[in-house]
Amino acid sequence: MAFIELNNVVKNYAKGSEVVHVLQDLNLSLEAGDFLALMGPSGSGKSTLLNLIGGIDQPTAGRVVVAGSELGSMSSSQLAKWRSESIGFVFQFYNLLPFLTAQRNVELPLLLTNLNGSQRKENAMTALRTVSLDDRAKHKPGELSGGQQQRVAIARAIVADPQILVCDEPTGDLDRQSAQEILALLEILNEQFKKTIIMVTHDPLAAEHAKNILHLDKGVLVESGQTEVAT
Amino acid sequence: MTGVGFVWKNLYRKKTRTFLTFFCLFIAFLLYVALGSIAVVFSLDTVSGELGANRLQTSAKYSMIDDIPKRYVDEISQLDGVELVTHMSWFGGYYQEPSNMLVTFPVDPSTFFRVYPEYEISDEHLTAFLETRRGMVAPIETVERYQWKVGDIIPIGSDIYAQKDGNYTWEFELVGYYTPSQEGMSAVLLQFDYFEEANAFGPGSVGWLAIQIADPELAPELAQKIDSMYINSSDPVRTATESESNRQFLAQYGNITLMMSGILLAVFFTILLVCANTMAQAFRERIAELGVLKTIGFNDFRLGFWMLSEAILLSVLPAIFGVVFGMGLLMAVGSSGAAAMFVPTPPMPVLLSTAASSLALAAGLGVLVGAIPALSTTRMTIVDAMHA
Ligand SMILES: Nc1ncnc2c1ncn2[C@@H]1O[C@H](COP(=O)(O)OP(=O)(O)OP(=O)(O)O)[C@@H](O)[C@H]1O
Ligand SMILES: [Mg+2]
Repeated sequence: MAFIELNNVVKNYAKGSEVVHVLQDLNLSLEAGDFLALMGPSGSGKSTLLNLIGGIDQPTAGRVVVAGSELGSMSSSQLAKWRSESIGFVFQFYNLLPFLTAQRNVELPLLLTNLNGSQRKENAMTALRTVSLDDRAKHKPGELSGGQQQRVAIARAIVADPQILVCDEPTGDLDRQSAQEILALLEILNEQFKKTIIMVTHDPLAAEHAKNILHLDKGVLVESGQTEVAT
Repeated sequence: MTGVGFVWKNLYRKKTRTFLTFFCLFIAFLLYVALGSIAVVFSLDTVSGELGANRLQTSAKYSMIDDIPKRYVDEISQLDGVELVTHMSWFGGYYQEPSNMLVTFPVDPSTFFRVYPEYEISDEHLTAFLETRRGMVAPIETVERYQWKVGDIIPIGSDIYAQKDGNYTWEFELVGYYTPSQEGMSAVLLQFDYFEEANAFGPGSVGWLAIQIADPELAPELAQKIDSMYINSSDPVRTATESESNRQFLAQYGNITLMMSGILLAVFFTILLVCANTMAQAFRERIAELGVLKTIGFNDFRLGFWMLSEAILLSVLPAIFGVVFGMGLLMAVGSSGAAAMFVPTPPMPVLLSTAASSLALAAGLGVLVGAIPALSTTRMTIVDAMHA
């Protein structure tokens, strides 16, 4: 079985009396260490698919197996624990807590571990160093640029050392320069730190940083070949 | 940073709003402790207690500060089951300045100390009181406070009674003192005979009667009998046991306990709304954040618990300050002589139990106000939070 495997996944949303069919009989399998770019028009279900893989939403039908866990059979608190250990999330709008410093934002996931205060702080600083922002540890999000905030968000995503990073348009709100930095960082995390990355993007240039690209259209996956062969 | 730190930082992030809510609750709990303790004191039988069980009080039916005819003393004395009747009048006295208020009653010394054995007086002072036309006795504390000496002529002003020449300042000779055997007995006692002949309204009236009865069991029956004797006269009366009539007396002053309860209820209803509003806003502002925290892996229960803790902190912290300040205030007022006349200082156990009930109330308020945001936090799904 593949590292991430979706079999015959269906996702519908009930909107009042109407049913929105978002994903239809979707199959996907990804190996560990992959870096997948997921593209597709707005409303095609990219975020929905990401949410299913990240264990923050459940499929209407079908099976989602990620890193050996069958997500459909887990309770909400089991899923929460699983997410804290296995997945790092990066969002388009960073989603940092505005009243906490960069360091404390990064430390947040470690509150769910058994680490003591000084270990948590140390790990948070290590993660900030990885994204080259250790000199901004005491700054609050409001005092950082968009690109810097996204790097803090990436530090938060990797601080608990998950195997998988799930990124929903991580460069969607950034200028070209900052976007390049983020993408370079994701490549390092994929190649050196062996993170499996799934990234939603609208930007073909961003997608080129990935090892594979998939297109989602009206809830159906369309293969579009490999961009470059991994070394 | 820990969970506690996180809750704390959350509380602190809207400083003005948190401060205003705190201040509101601080004032409310200060009022609660101050008024609450006093209300308890008013409802306690601090003066009479057990001793009053065999005493009835008879006063004018419609207002306890009205007079009743003095002949009632003799008439009631004739009744079966009545051992002794004495009478008192409200003099409204003060020493030198109206602010030096004294609780002052003209009494009949020959019966008063027999009906009220808890006023302990030596035979020598009692004899002097009986034999001195302008005699007066005071509790030992009052004598010491004003540095009076036995034999001094003391000017006592009255808010109610002038002498026949129109002068409101009376002169009495201090012939002795008594030792109160209970907290709260502080009346200065005047010779009634002199008061009766010298006051401008003339003789024949007394304020109220204290009736010593043989058997406390018969109290209700006797009280009814006395009231019915005068029901069709021009001066009907109302008779009750002493503790009951103390309560009625206090009730005349605007029904203090009820009034205080009313105020407190209004205050708490208001702060309930204030707190509920603060927490509801806090929740609404944080829906997206809560979604992020859930995504990271904080489980529903923990986040709900944090929300609830925040609400409890929001109400318990200012309550602690309010309680401490309220207690301090009461003790400060209680130790200043003049004000202590009007505001009885609650005894320590009353204060402590009021403090404990305040904190319990604050915690309850926190739970009440935090319950809905906490439940909503628990139930909210990540997908909904992100779409909000
Ligand atoms: N919670 C929800 N309730 C109802 N409908 C939803 C919900 N979430 C998503 N949808 C619907 O599902 C469809 C796919 O949404 P999704 O967010 O996955 O699209 P997307 O591909 O990420 O689009 P975008 O590129 O604009 O982010 C949309 O039509 C959307 O309206
Ligand atoms: Mg999307």
